[in-house]
Amino acid sequence: MEGLTLSDAEQKYYSDLFSYCDIESTKKVAANGRVLELFRAAQLPNDVVLQIMELCGATRLGYFGRSQFYIALKLVAVAQSGFPLRVESINTVKDLPLPRFVASKNEQESRHAASYSSDSENQGSYSGVIPPPPGRGQVKKGSVSHDTVQPRTSADQQEPASPVVSPQQSPPTSPHTWRKHSRHPSGGNSERPLAGPGPFWSPFGEAQSGSSAGDAVWSGHSPPPPQETWVSFADTPPTSTLLTMHPASVQDQTTVRTVASATTANEIRRQSSSYDDPWKITDEQRQYYVNQFKTIQPDLNGFIPGSAAKEFFTKSKLPILELSHIWELSDFDKDGALTLDEFCAAFHLVVARKNGYDLPEKLPESLMPKLIDLEDSADVGDQPGEVGYSGSPAEAPPSKSPSMPSLNQTWPELNQSSEDTAIVHPVPIRMTPSKIHMQEMELKRTGSDHTNPTSPLLVKPSDLSEESKINSSVKFASGNTVDGYSSSDSFTSDPEQIGNNVTHQRSHSGTSPDNTAPPPPPPRPQPSHSRSSSLDMNRTFAVTTGQQQAGVVAHPPAVPPRPQPSQAPGPVVHRPVDADGLITHTSTSPQQIPEQPNFADFSQFEVFAASNVNEEQDDEAEKHPDILPVEKASDSASSLRVAKTDSKIEEKTAASVPANVSKGTTPLAPPPKPVRRRLKSEDELRPEVDEHTQKTGVLAAVLASQPSIPRSVGKDKKAIQASIRRNKETNTVLARLNSELQQQLKDVLEERISLEVQLEQLRPFSHL
Amino acid sequence: MAVCVAVIAKENYPLYIRSIPTENELKFHYMVHTSLDVVDEKISAMGKALVDQRELYLGLLYPTEDYKLCSYGYVTNSKVKFVMVVDSSNTALRDNEIRSMFRKLHNSYTDVMCNPFYNPGDRIQSRAFDSMVTSMMVQVC
Repeated sequence: MEGLTLSDAEQKYYSDLFSYCDIESTKKVAANGRVLELFRAAQLPNDVVLQIMELCGATRLGYFGRSQFYIALKLVAVAQSGFPLRVESINTVKDLPLPRFVASKNEQESRHAASYSSDSENQGSYSGVIPPPPGRGQVKKGSVSHDTVQPRTSADQQEPASPVVSPQQSPPTSPHTWRKHSRHPSGGNSERPLAGPGPFWSPFGEAQSGSSAGDAVWSGHSPPPPQETWVSFADTPPTSTLLTMHPASVQDQTTVRTVASATTANEIRRQSSSYDDPWKITDEQRQYYVNQFKTIQPDLNGFIPGSAAKEFFTKSKLPILELSHIWELSDFDKDGALTLDEFCAAFHLVVARKNGYDLPEKLPESLMPKLIDLEDSADVGDQPGEVGYSGSPAEAPPSKSPSMPSLNQTWPELNQSSEDTAIVHPVPIRMTPSKIHMQEMELKRTGSDHTNPTSPLLVKPSDLSEESKINSSVKFASGNTVDGYSSSDSFTSDPEQIGNNVTHQRSHSGTSPDNTAPPPPPPRPQPSHSRSSSLDMNRTFAVTTGQQQAGVVAHPPAVPPRPQPSQAPGPVVHRPVDADGLITHTSTSPQQIPEQPNFADFSQFEVFAASNVNEEQDDEAEKHPDILPVEKASDSASSLRVAKTDSKIEEKTAASVPANVSKGTTPLAPPPKPVRRRLKSEDELRPEVDEHTQKTGVLAAVLASQPSIPRSVGKDKKAIQASIRRNKETNTVLARLNSELQQQLKDVLEERISLEVQLEQLRPFSHL
Repeated sequence: MAVCVAVIAKENYPLYIRSIPTENELKFHYMVHTSLDVVDEKISAMGKALVDQRELYLGLLYPTEDYKLCSYGYVTNSKVKFVMVVDSSNTALRDNEIRSMFRKLHNSYTDVMCNPFYNPGDRIQSRAFDSMVTSMMVQVC
């Protein structure tokens, strides 16, 4: 575009206009809204204005820079002079008169030569302006003549009164007025046909015609008024408007005036945010709506039933279809009734429609009702452009059930809250794993007198009481062993039978052993029985080891020398079949015992014994007989019991030591098995009597060793008690083994007898 | 997936009928009309039972000769019938989908009814209803 040369007068005029349009005082960009209004005031046809804007490059740039503005002004002058619009005409046309804008414009300019504050009553972006009283919309064209406006400002207060009347009156004027007028956001879309607004400007230029002009515009026509209409407006706005004016025009005018004042006030307010959402409701409008609401429904928190709303809005003389659509948009929760927010939205839409705005397909955000809960949650800020509603939410009837939109709005809240609540999956609480947990359990259990075999793994054996130590050792033993689960199983299975306390312990035991290992699955039933590493043994050893130390627990074999070792360890240490067989037998027997079917019994006994170590031994005595059918075993058991009561520690150590020694550094479980097996085979091989004698011998040895324990140990009572316990356990194990062997002996004997019988039966035949 | 959606009033006149623009739209209208007979038949068949026990969804009314188009029926408690003709050539619509479509129709119809500016018996001109039906029909093509 060629350079623009302006005369001085033009320069000054243009700069003034630019300043006028430069509401943001950027000195560079003229507000589109202002510019558009200016151009409309130029009384040019729409297409001309568009062309001008195109030529000046504003459409390309999207804004009016100073140069664009000047060019545009020049083009306006060109157009007004009747010259064809062309780029060249900018400079070619000489002696162009200054572009003429509606008188009001110039007046404004002259009046506010220096004040270009957007807040001045002049042209507000009427786009956002919707006169409170429906139907009075025409006046909304805000900028209205300042002449008319200013004097009317005093009449602002009248507005509330007139608008009340307007609903009945406005319809007549507005009905056919709306034109397909796309919403005209203040300042935006300059390219849009300025059909509607344009004419308003001109009429507004006239003082009194402002209102009438508004009416005229309304009475105008749906399609963009032809230029002549504009001209006619400009020329004879009063007449044309009056012609189309409703009979109540006089009153309308007054109302219009008041409305105009109101609208200007609104505009002023709006101008401050001229680029805001055009659908925003201004405070005045809102107040008006609220008043209207009150006329129908005094309670602001209440609803307006559909029928009442229908009557009310029908007065606006909009077609039913339009009203129906407005209703669809505004009844957010689809309940057939309007809350205050919904009512205001509907009212706003009606007014907009009457002013020529097309109804949106969707409810604009600024019109969406908000619920109080949203307000409380301070989510207000989340909704842009809802400044107008900031005050309204409080009025929103809380009774209104959250509708879809409100739900949508509450989603962010809910999400936040849900995050706060933190959906927690049920975290599987490991029964055993954590040390802390174990310790806690331990502590709990320590309170009980029972020695929980299930004490937490020897995480802190030192912290544990004897029982706990025992428990931990036991547990540990079980845990260490592959069949640790089994040990726990045995523990768990047995307790129920024994007693509450024991049961309690059992449960713990069942869980605790896993410290070393990952959380064990539910106690496996099978491990505890038969050939599996005898829990008893493990327990025994564990107990003994536990007694020793935490470290010991981890390594049963590492049991420090203890009095028991003297008795049991000796035998346990070695596994030779011969002379040490006794020892091994001793050591293995305890290990073997668990293999026996009545292992459970043994464990029961053991646990019970352990639990009762500090208690009366009667229980044990009673139990023992039950558990150990063998008399000898019972005797030994009783003796063992006694011994056990004396020194748990010793017996434990004895048990553990043997186990440890026998197993070496291996976990308790595996060693016992092989040992047991070996022993078993040995047992089977050997005469049962021998076993028995060995057993008894072992027992005797154990018994014998026991008395020596206190002497040899010379430890504190705890150690002694521990050893006693261990011994007892060992005794029980041995007793069980004895009984099992006895049983086997019987079976074998029977078998032999049967075989012999068969042989004899066959022999005669063979003879034959 | 519907090629034609129709809302029939209690008196068996259409409140809303819309189909995918094709050359033989009339065929769809005819189908809807004939479906009404089937609908009435089904309604009367259950007449003995309490009204509220009657299921709203009527199911497949009858397939056409070419087995491409099927019409489904749905009747509300106020004897307003929804008839939907679907094109089953491209995808085999499951019953559940049809039910959900009818549910949507019913909901939208209820919203229309709630509008005080709507007089029962008028043609449905709600934009929301239109858009909902469009969404149902767009799926097909």
